[in-house]
Amino acid sequence: MADVLKIENLHVHVEGKPILRGVNLKLVRGETHALMGPNGSGKSTLGLAIMGHPKYEVVEGAITLNGEDLLERSPDERARSGVFMAFQRPVAIPGVKMADFLRHAATNVRNPDRKEGAELMPMRDFRRELKARMSELKMDVEFARRYVNDGFSGGEMKRAEILQLAMLQPKFAILDETDSGLDADAVRLASESIAEIGGKEMGLLIITHHDKLLEHNPPEFTHVMLGGRIVETGSRELADELHNLGYDRIRATYPDDEVENRTLLDKEKAGV
Amino acid sequence: MATDFTTNDQIGEINKYDFRTETKAVFKARKGIDAEIVHQISEMKDEPEWMLDFRLDALKIFESKPMPTWGGDIALDFQDIYYYLKPTTEQGKTWDEVPEEIKETFEKLGIPQAERKYLAGVKAQFESEVVYGSLKEELVEQGVIFTDTDTAVREYPDLVREYFGKVIPSTDNKFAALNSAVWSGGSFIYVPKGVKIEFPLQAYFRINAENMGQFERTLIIADEGAEIHYVEGCTAPMYTSESLHSAVVEVICKKNSRVRYTTIQNWANNIYNLVTKRAMAYRDATMEWVDGNLGSRLTMKYPAVYMMEPGARGEILSIAFSGRGQHQDAGAKLVHCAPHTTGQIISKSISKNGGRSSYRGLVRVEKGATGSKCNVVCDALILDSDSRSDTYPYIEVAEQDVSIGHEASVSRIGEEQLFYLTSRGLSEAEASTMIVNGFIEPLVKELPMEYAVELNRLIQLQMEGSVG
Repeated sequence: MADVLKIENLHVHVEGKPILRGVNLKLVRGETHALMGPNGSGKSTLGLAIMGHPKYEVVEGAITLNGEDLLERSPDERARSGVFMAFQRPVAIPGVKMADFLRHAATNVRNPDRKEGAELMPMRDFRRELKARMSELKMDVEFARRYVNDGFSGGEMKRAEILQLAMLQPKFAILDETDSGLDADAVRLASESIAEIGGKEMGLLIITHHDKLLEHNPPEFTHVMLGGRIVETGSRELADELHNLGYDRIRATYPDDEVENRTLLDKEKAGV
Repeated sequence: MATDFTTNDQIGEINKYDFRTETKAVFKARKGIDAEIVHQISEMKDEPEWMLDFRLDALKIFESKPMPTWGGDIALDFQDIYYYLKPTTEQGKTWDEVPEEIKETFEKLGIPQAERKYLAGVKAQFESEVVYGSLKEELVEQGVIFTDTDTAVREYPDLVREYFGKVIPSTDNKFAALNSAVWSGGSFIYVPKGVKIEFPLQAYFRINAENMGQFERTLIIADEGAEIHYVEGCTAPMYTSESLHSAVVEVICKKNSRVRYTTIQNWANNIYNLVTKRAMAYRDATMEWVDGNLGSRLTMKYPAVYMMEPGARGEILSIAFSGRGQHQDAGAKLVHCAPHTTGQIISKSISKNGGRSSYRGLVRVEKGATGSKCNVVCDALILDSDSRSDTYPYIEVAEQDVSIGHEASVSRIGEEQLFYLTSRGLSEAEASTMIVNGFIEPLVKELPMEYAVELNRLIQLQMEGSVG
């Protein structure tokens, strides 16, 4: 039986205001889903709620992994269950070396029951593996000695997220605009890398505005969000349509959700 | 006086330092301080007249000076402390000559092991006296002196008398006066012209008895072009009543010399740690203080560098970690007394479980110290809403043509950082420890490997039990 990540009727508030208004989504490991929608529609919120960000309060609905409640688990337990999110704007952690961080992360994800302070995976094995993954991603070994996301360029940040994806090999991965802010070559490299490091082995939820990422990781399903709901689900062709023609048809078809979306976006801009 | 215990509740290794040794002191002065006690200490040490006079003068200054009105709350009864405790008759030249139970103490603390691995010389002080001392033969041959200060007074009277109390006079502050009156033990180091000591010299200070006062006196003289790295570690077991550690450390950096003085202290939470440390750096000399303050009930310590001649350089790296019931009032002092002198202060403080950390720093540029540069960076990290951090920067500049920079930041441990690390499978406690270690990394990387490992381990122990 393939692993299943299921989101049912998910309502999420951030600082008391509703962002998601009943999202339903079923990801089966091995499938690729594209998640599209205009700014403010709630795509990142969905990802962060799945990952368990403390600011994103689930007020109704369920997230389950193979029928088990994920909402009861802390973010680290979710990671150890095999859920991963590549963040759009990963935070810098000065003084913490990429390699140290990754060794802790890889050890915990591979031994979900590891107690704090218990031994980490052997340094030699870890180094060998890290080096191999970095070379596949055409990253300089020096990168492992830099501090996590500290002073990284936009492209470096995204590649660091992909490196983590490669090292942690989750069952399910949410990629939040992992292709944004990159030039054409970098987007191609990132897209190819995701396919190569086993995107097909994972259940992928790809949030993107470009088509390159989907070209290398063709989605079986495309979902469109508007105003905190998934308003349409289609095939690969739907993604192509949105790329070519934008969201005008969607906005016109779902006027109530469009109103919600505008309200949310205005609030976001006003910093409320 | 009630004290909050954190160490005893915590599991495992933190108790590495919290053990008491049953010892039979060969001499223990009665509690309290007065002229009779000072006479007694001086007599026990068979000191020259000038030192006894120095002590008695200092006692008068101590008695006349008021308690400091700033810093932390000092709830100490000076008459309820033992000022002098002689643990053994002889100082050992080998560990076998050290009384068994004291030797065991230092073995538990890992000192002989460290000595074999990477130290050029060691002093171990237990209560009031140095009980063990060693120095590599090749350094002895090069004329390096590394002995306890009591021995130095007897064997190198001219050298000691020239510098003793000159960098920090007894009148400097109440606790410097107290130390000057009752000092015992500490290190005396002289590094001759041009001698560069490759490996660190280390001293370890252990308070074992209850209501004890430890008053070591350290004097380091780096002659022209000399280089030395001196490291000190300090611990004590936990008692319910307070003990006092009040050291005076004087350093003289002559022309072109380079001195680094590293402290890693992890006092028990019942210790008042009130220490005066000061260096004078002459032409093109460099003085560096690396000061790691963990533990203690209250620490008030502001290592200072007076840059006396052109080209002198003073650098102070300070880290303070305060947990429950602790107040670290730590900082630094840089005084530019000559043109073209350069100073730098980097202070990092961490507060958790209701602990309080204060940075208190002074940068002073005296008249005539043109072209001087000084940069101060102090960052504070607060781990929870019960804890507190304060910054008291003082800057006094009497010249126009100088460059002074000051940056300060206070941050709470970031929710976003914690989320990022935990979303990759790190537990919240692991993530916090990693963020804290990252925060002090600029300082830790300045330490020799063994001390960096030790400091990281101490931080980890402090962090354990902090979450959940």
